Amino acid sequence: MLKRRIGDLFIRVPLLGWLIGILIAVTLEHLLGDLLVDVLGLSKIPVLFGFVIMLKKPLLMPGVILYVLLIYIIPISVVARLSAWPANRLAARLLDFPIWFSVVIHLGLFYAALHMWSGISAYRVLTLKLTLIAIMVTLSLNVVNGYMGEFSCSHPGFMALGAYAASVVTVVLFVNDRLFGPALLAPAFGPFIFPVALITGGMVAALGALAIAIPSFRTRGDYLAIVSLAFMFIIKSMIENLEVVGGPRGLSSQPDYASLPIVFLWTIACIWMTNNFVQSILGKALNAVRDDEMAANAMTVNTRRTKIVAFLFAAFWAGVAGGLFAHVIRYVNPATFGLQKLAEVLAMVYFGGLNSVYGSIVGAVSLSLLGEALRPLEIFKWIIIPLLLIIVMIYRPTGLVAFKELNVRNLVKPKQ
Amino acid sequence: MCYFVSWCLCGEGKKCIMALLEVKKMSHEFGGLRAVNSYNLEIEAGQIRGLIGPNGAGKTTIFNLITGIYKPTEGDIILDGKEITGLQPHKIAAFGIGRTFQNLQLWRHMTVVEHVKLARYSRISYGLIGAFFGTPKRQKQEAEIEEMAHNLLKMIGIDHLSDQVVTNLPYGDQRRVEMARALSMEPKILLLDEPTAGMNPEELIQMMEIIRRIHKELGMAIFLIEHRLKVVMDLCHMIQTLNFGHVIAEGTPEEIQNNPKVIDAYLGRESVV
Repeated sequence: MLKRRIGDLFIRVPLLGWLIGILIAVTLEHLLGDLLVDVLGLSKIPVLFGFVIMLKKPLLMPGVILYVLLIYIIPISVVARLSAWPANRLAARLLDFPIWFSVVIHLGLFYAALHMWSGISAYRVLTLKLTLIAIMVTLSLNVVNGYMGEFSCSHPGFMALGAYAASVVTVVLFVNDRLFGPALLAPAFGPFIFPVALITGGMVAALGALAIAIPSFRTRGDYLAIVSLAFMFIIKSMIENLEVVGGPRGLSSQPDYASLPIVFLWTIACIWMTNNFVQSILGKALNAVRDDEMAANAMTVNTRRTKIVAFLFAAFWAGVAGGLFAHVIRYVNPATFGLQKLAEVLAMVYFGGLNSVYGSIVGAVSLSLLGEALRPLEIFKWIIIPLLLIIVMIYRPTGLVAFKELNVRNLVKPKQ
Repeated sequence: MCYFVSWCLCGEGKKCIMALLEVKKMSHEFGGLRAVNSYNLEIEAGQIRGLIGPNGAGKTTIFNLITGIYKPTEGDIILDGKEITGLQPHKIAAFGIGRTFQNLQLWRHMTVVEHVKLARYSRISYGLIGAFFGTPKRQKQEAEIEEMAHNLLKMIGIDHLSDQVVTNLPYGDQRRVEMARALSMEPKILLLDEPTAGMNPEELIQMMEIIRRIHKELGMAIFLIEHRLKVVMDLCHMIQTLNFGHVIAEGTPEEIQNNPKVIDAYLGRESVV
């Protein structure tokens, strides 16, 4: 009953209204956060909605809850509710222009909110960047495991290829490095060459994917799972033995090009392109291959080409994500891209939901944030997260938001 | 080429019929079992052909051989003057052979209209660039395909279900989706594998009506496998009877009905002790 009353209260709030609410809340945090922290007796602004503080010092719980209520929940809901009417009018007006205009406005507001939120501490920036990268990896794996219905285990391998390829490009060109010698280009070119480096990383990953795709897409079944798992280990031990890129010690001193706006833009590009692809008829062919390959073949679908294209596409984005990852952490070593990474990415895909862009976003964001929030629990973290996964698998076997199409027009339209 | 007329002159000035689909001496073996033996077929444009026979006679195997799911051990298949033997199934389909399946093979997570749209796959020209970047060319082409799909669904009588996921539909409607999907390829010839299997009498009459209408409005050649003799007798111009991979009789419905070999195959020989 109460839930429905609250639902009714907010049903008319468009996305624009929520974004305005969030923006005002984070502005509030900027202006009043320190003051409120003093009043409530907290030592500093809770970085991730207070989870960490609550788990470390349970006595501070009331203060943290009050902080979250006063800074986030109350301002967001009040502003969203009050601005519903003007926001709806504005959203309707925006739709008079081409759809991309409205989308750019929404994304701009969203980014502004993220930027201000993360401006509080460097930890927030890092968490946010890693979450965005996790979205890219999850989404690209969802193309293979969800949309195409095969089981691929090689995504950490693709990330490693992308990370190393992109790192080598930037380090060789712009850094005076012990391994690769002096910089070849002036550092001023760096930010412009960086996209090229990332795309190179993606291409190298896609090339690696081709090596898996050619033998394993002749047939269906478990072949891909086995071949791709082997591929992941091959890549890992190959890099461990390549002294040129530092071997097991890893490769460091990547230049600091992966700023928050850059990572954000690449993530949006990944979501946009993937969404375009899976909604086109060529992308729907993936679903047909998954549900009944023989029927797909009989309806003129070139199933082998379809599978290879999707696999290469997924590998490309995993490679780009790997490149970004390397430049966010500014250090890569082969051990990062092992079984644990694989488990993490698979969990995000299956937790969030198969065959759904929303699902990948939900899975990546919730598991990344949960992983950070539960950090004080140390080893128990690895009991709670798998338990959650099991519960989701029991009650929603395909994941939280599976089989839901991302329709941008519905998302940005006024709610009236 | 003269397939528009379907009549043309042969070598010595005689009139003869140019077949749309021609199968010559096709055989297929599964291990040691000869499932289809020296099978011949000629279907002309606009003809409805029936293929009947008891269970296990090899009817569906013949469909699978023609559509390229199996490769024939021997023999040739020629569609509209082009040799299609041994090509990959999707290429054969794109050359103009549409089919439905005996036990429904729909894509269970896709909606009705998506089924119909996807069967246009081979005619899409916007390519991967269009798919990844949503170019205007793609928008235009997909809008055209969408419109065509709805027209086709109207003709089959299931346009009101277009946004339903197929698994939610009753059996008869699922059959219609398969039919619409096959037609969406704009095939030259349509292969129907037991189009009325498992239907109640009412659905059966509707399905026969649809087949007649497809034939009349699109003028398509149809080759159908059927168990119910009433359907074949009513619809087909010519019928073949198959038993243990051999054609045992071929002719008009009347001829087949009275053929003692056919009666034997279906009812068994009367034996006198």
